[in-house]
Amino acid sequence: MISLKSVRKTFRVAKRQAGFSRAVKALFSREYELVRALDDISFDIRDGEMVGYIGPNGAGKSTTIKIMCGVLTPDSGSCSIDGRTPWKERIAHVREIGVVFGQRSQLWWDVPVADSFQLIRDIYKVDGASYRKTLDELTERLDLNEILKTPARSLSLGQRMRCEIAASLLHSPRTLFLDEPTIGLDAVSKIAVRQFIKKLNAERGTTVILTTHDMQDIEALTERILLIGKGKILLDGSLAELKKRSPEALDMTSEEMVAALYREFKI
Amino acid sequence: MGLYIKYFAMHLKSQMQYKVSFCLTALGQFLVSFSAFLGIYFMFTHFNTVEGFTFQETLLCFAVVLMAFSLAEMLGRGFDLFPRMLGNGEFDRALVRPRNVIFQVLLSQMDFSRLGRVIQAALVFVYAIPNSGVLWTWDKVVTLILMVTCGSLVFFGLFLLYAAISFFTVEGLEFMNIFTDGGREFGRYPFSVYGENILRFLTYIIPLALFQIYPLLYLLGRVTSRLYMLLPLVSLLFLVPCVLLFRLGLRRYKSTGS
Amino acid sequence: MKPYFGIFRLRFINALQYRAAALAGIATQFAWGFMEIFAFAAFYRTDPGAFPMAFSETVSYIWLQQAFLALFMMWFWEGDIASSITSGSIAYEMVRPADLYVRWFCQASANRLARAALRCAPILLVAFLLPAPYRMSLPPSIGQFALFILSAALSLGVVVSFSMLIYISLFFTLSPSGVRLITAVLSDFLAGATIPLPFFPEPVRAVVELLPFASMQNMPLRVYTGNIAGADALRGLLLQIFWLMMLLLAGRLTMKKALNKVVVQGG
Repeated sequence: MISLKSVRKTFRVAKRQAGFSRAVKALFSREYELVRALDDISFDIRDGEMVGYIGPNGAGKSTTIKIMCGVLTPDSGSCSIDGRTPWKERIAHVREIGVVFGQRSQLWWDVPVADSFQLIRDIYKVDGASYRKTLDELTERLDLNEILKTPARSLSLGQRMRCEIAASLLHSPRTLFLDEPTIGLDAVSKIAVRQFIKKLNAERGTTVILTTHDMQDIEALTERILLIGKGKILLDGSLAELKKRSPEALDMTSEEMVAALYREFKI
Repeated sequence: MGLYIKYFAMHLKSQMQYKVSFCLTALGQFLVSFSAFLGIYFMFTHFNTVEGFTFQETLLCFAVVLMAFSLAEMLGRGFDLFPRMLGNGEFDRALVRPRNVIFQVLLSQMDFSRLGRVIQAALVFVYAIPNSGVLWTWDKVVTLILMVTCGSLVFFGLFLLYAAISFFTVEGLEFMNIFTDGGREFGRYPFSVYGENILRFLTYIIPLALFQIYPLLYLLGRVTSRLYMLLPLVSLLFLVPCVLLFRLGLRRYKSTGS
Repeated sequence: MKPYFGIFRLRFINALQYRAAALAGIATQFAWGFMEIFAFAAFYRTDPGAFPMAFSETVSYIWLQQAFLALFMMWFWEGDIASSITSGSIAYEMVRPADLYVRWFCQASANRLARAALRCAPILLVAFLLPAPYRMSLPPSIGQFALFILSAALSLGVVVSFSMLIYISLFFTLSPSGVRLITAVLSDFLAGATIPLPFFPEPVRAVVELLPFASMQNMPLRVYTGNIAGADALRGLLLQIFWLMMLLLAGRLTMKKALNKVVVQGG
């Protein structure tokens, strides 16, 4: 069970000055501006739910994810995940979550993937028997058998993402955060990743929270969508419900609909 | 500790993938410290002593500092490259794993090409230990070991301090070089040659002198008080503020995310 | 000439943006210079008769070295050039109309000049105002100062043309960091970066004085202090010109060979 209440977060950003005379001036004083990244965010996610978190770049998606992962502390508001406050009980909390940052790798570049997995096992102190069981399962489901002996640098993007997802699940987390898991993948890999996540959710009841720009991810995976813009939750509902909001939306593809939503909310 | 050894093995395995590059870099590292050695040697072709220390005594100093620094640099490279870890977001990964954060930063990098320097230091030890005129009784041996290990830990502390400061700013970081690289460079001579003010600073503020000149005087038999032998242990107090500052920085990172 | 002035201006503005970095850099160099001088002073106190330079010459040598670090040190590295070679984006560079050797040469010199221009003024200013034994002295005469300027320009040429050879060697080697480290260490040591050449033992010094490295920082710094004057200075300048010609020639030839290789292998 995840529950966020009135979460707020503001960042202070230094302005970089362009031009020669301004650069000289900036030697002596520097201006800052306040950016309101999250402005009163509240939502609940039940155990075993799959939620798509969408919004344009800079809307506050990754700030929210970072707060839920315990990486960031909000200015105010509360966040409880399985009864824990992430930034207060970091170690106990992160044992129960898995995180995939789509743009960054947790695999070792120059050594076989299996060695990276082994090390992650040691980090999470997973006992031998359950590690074997989980690994066998993941290997089969994600079709990793052929590539476990390969160093990450020789993997294709799709293969690497499959390994990344496996790496984040080796400790059998209750909640999985996926930050743009299909970015840059080819069609076959995208479908494989989506099918896997769907099964994981259905069979193990893992709660999945997913950010993406790919509406097909949302269509294939999630029952529920959270739309965030300018730091506020603008909509919370299923894809079907969103489509019902206006008559034109019925004929639109999901992509067109989201574009229309972005326009409607001016985000 | 088990995890440390596993990371050690992984880093070693990774770096051995590029043997030519590894060997050339290690050779380069060796030459860097060899040129420092050559500088000392050349100076002593003109002078017999400097402020009462002979060439061999100076070399003992040089080897202690170089060995301490190189070990710290090899194993504590994670702190050195911490600004990069912050910049590319890999630090977030450390925060979502159930282990101590400082420990994970430490594990994130190890640079074995620094062995080039370690070898240089070892070679100088081989020459300086028998030729420095020290009577090697057990207490002198212990003193030398304390000098190297505590020295290494103090440099470790300096790297940690560097990492801690990078939470607050990445712009002024170059200044730390004067203590890390500078400590190595200028530690080649006994710190007393730089004058009283510098010595005082390196005794009470950044305690590099505590594992260098004071125990050296004990080694050479110029002082007999056991206190001088044990001063390297006192230098370890330096680690306390370094760890505290890192904690403070971590708290700030969690609230600003940058 | 205009595009090269452009590079200079851009770098200068860029460097100004990082004011704290510049201040920290200057402070570091000050501390460094003081420690060097203290070390030499210790030797001087021990046996003034054995000191192979005048003490004030050594002091000026060290302050100049700190002030013009970016100008004369081999270990300053043009990351752009190196990475365009190792990453293969050199192919795009070759499409442009400008002569690549000239372009890189100017880029590297402009970068060094911009960095040095920013840092030398405060360092020199304070070095001139320090109390007696540590104060930087003026050159012995105006003529000697003119020779210094000439020699410094030649020295920059020698440093840049030598580093060009190292960049070009990246076409043929696989370990940029190793090659860079080794050449930088050797050439800086032989140029008098660790200790000035007069502190080298006599037979070694006689040989080293003839090498191209002695045409780097060794020459201008010692000419400024008056340590090299009169006929010696003229001979040194001629040697600098000789080495500059040789290095430019070698650079041109190897560059041609390297580019042919790129064309043949397709980058």
